[in-house]
Amino acid sequence: MKKILIVGGGMGGTILANNLARRLRKELDNGDVKLTMLSASDQHMYQPGLLYVAFGKVMPDELYRDQASLLEPGIEFHVDPVASFNLDGNQVATASGKTYDYDYIAIATGSQAKPDNIPGLMENCNHVYTEEAALKTWEALSSFEGGKVAVVTGVPHKCPMVPLEVTFMMHDYFQERGLLDKVQLHYTYPIGRLHSLVNVGKWAQKEFDRLGITYETLFNMKEVDGDKKQVHSEEGTTVDYDLLIGIPPHKGMETIEDNELGTSGWIPTDRATLNVEGHENAFVLGDTTNLPISKAGSTAHYEAEVVGENLAAMVKKGRRVRDYDGKVFCFIEAGKDRATFASFNYTTPPDPQPPTETVHWFKLAYNKLYWNSVRGLL
Amino acid sequence: MSEPKIVDARGSFCPGPLMELIAAMKEVDVGDEVEVLSTDEGSANDVPEWLDKVGHELVENFQEDGVYHIRARKAK
Ligand SMILES: Cc1cc2nc3c(=O)[nH]c(=O)nc-3n(C[C@H](O)[C@H](O)[C@H](O)COP(=O)(O)OP(=O)(O)OC[C@H]3O[C@@H](n4cnc5c(N)ncnc54)[C@H](O)[C@@H]3O)c2cc1C
Repeated sequence: MKKILIVGGGMGGTILANNLARRLRKELDNGDVKLTMLSASDQHMYQPGLLYVAFGKVMPDELYRDQASLLEPGIEFHVDPVASFNLDGNQVATASGKTYDYDYIAIATGSQAKPDNIPGLMENCNHVYTEEAALKTWEALSSFEGGKVAVVTGVPHKCPMVPLEVTFMMHDYFQERGLLDKVQLHYTYPIGRLHSLVNVGKWAQKEFDRLGITYETLFNMKEVDGDKKQVHSEEGTTVDYDLLIGIPPHKGMETIEDNELGTSGWIPTDRATLNVEGHENAFVLGDTTNLPISKAGSTAHYEAEVVGENLAAMVKKGRRVRDYDGKVFCFIEAGKDRATFASFNYTTPPDPQPPTETVHWFKLAYNKLYWNSVRGLL
Repeated sequence: MSEPKIVDARGSFCPGPLMELIAAMKEVDVGDEVEVLSTDEGSANDVPEWLDKVGHELVENFQEDGVYHIRARKAK
């Protein structure tokens, strides 16, 4: 019997588990394969929905489903997070004290916002990366009566579009509240343009100019002085704020760091095979890789499909079928009722088109369709 | 001198080689070197511009087989 162990029941882990269960249905039913998922929670959260929570458009309970209800029959699921990995011995030990051995392992434990990595950021910024923070941001935005709103972005962060999206959405939100003439929106970005994707940056700059949103590039947060309401940059400049919206830097999970699987919790990953470097039977997907591509759900999704196809072929025929080509697809909300998207891979850059209402509605539809996507039906 | 930390950002369109370098610079000690590998033409300009603004040192910047090698030393 071949044992496949999936660590992490978020976007990547769940899509992979369901993909494998479909491909290996016969082997699962007759006991030739055992598919086990270990996760840290019995709930699954649709994280991109947090952005809408911050504007009061979605209530947090709409973002959760029971993890077990999303899994194909035959997948053994335990809420029992991995505490230590022994990749040389093909074994993990869990928080409850159990050990699980495997023939193949896929690690998809995700990443976490670390506002505490920048002095003063945690205490003084509003962000959208946890349920609690998104609710607090909603409170802050809805009680804001005017002044300067600064957006500051740490690196690396989850979902490359969030800094722009949150800015565009605030613009329309304050406009809707009749407050726009009392608000100055000021956007900062770590590199020398408004977004790391050149074409997205050019498009955003035109939109910002049109909407009167001011900006400063090459701005990397160094520390936040909450008393003076100022953010100082590594580059030596300062931005004042009345309301601070932060995109905090991210890290991989502590378990990954504690087990010395990778600096800052990012596991060194082969860009084509998605193997943990040096381990042919271990794979990484989603936010946990150290690949220089977006930490996004769509990345996790495409990677899960590649790992699923390869693992199923390895179980059935002893060899893998294809490489991951770096594919990513990101929606970009450009306000309250317009959106565009960027699609790219390792060799082809994105070419975002002007935003439309249709794409915005498609994004809203995707927010619902997600539950089918994660089940592996889409 | 210790070996530079290599940031392999080939084929990176997002978050981009400079973002990768900024993240890597936070993880190394003052005096350490980081070398970015990038296939993105813009990085050959972006990276030196950022290093200059922050005050880190550009050690070398050359192109070989379509890949830019940009090596920097953390100065503070
Ligand atoms: C506000 C916001 C907006 C976003 N917008 C978008 C968007 O528009 N488009 C997009 O594509 N992406 C978006 N994303 C990013 C997307 O949600 C993530 O990139 C995606 O969830 C990553 O999937 P993952 O499987 O790597 O990790 P996750 O989905 O985070 O799952 C990690 C799983 O691992 C489990 N786990 C953690 N530690 C352990 C352990 N030790 N043992 C076992 N299990 C463990 C957790 O319980 C969790 O189930 C957004 C994210 C946020 C927060």
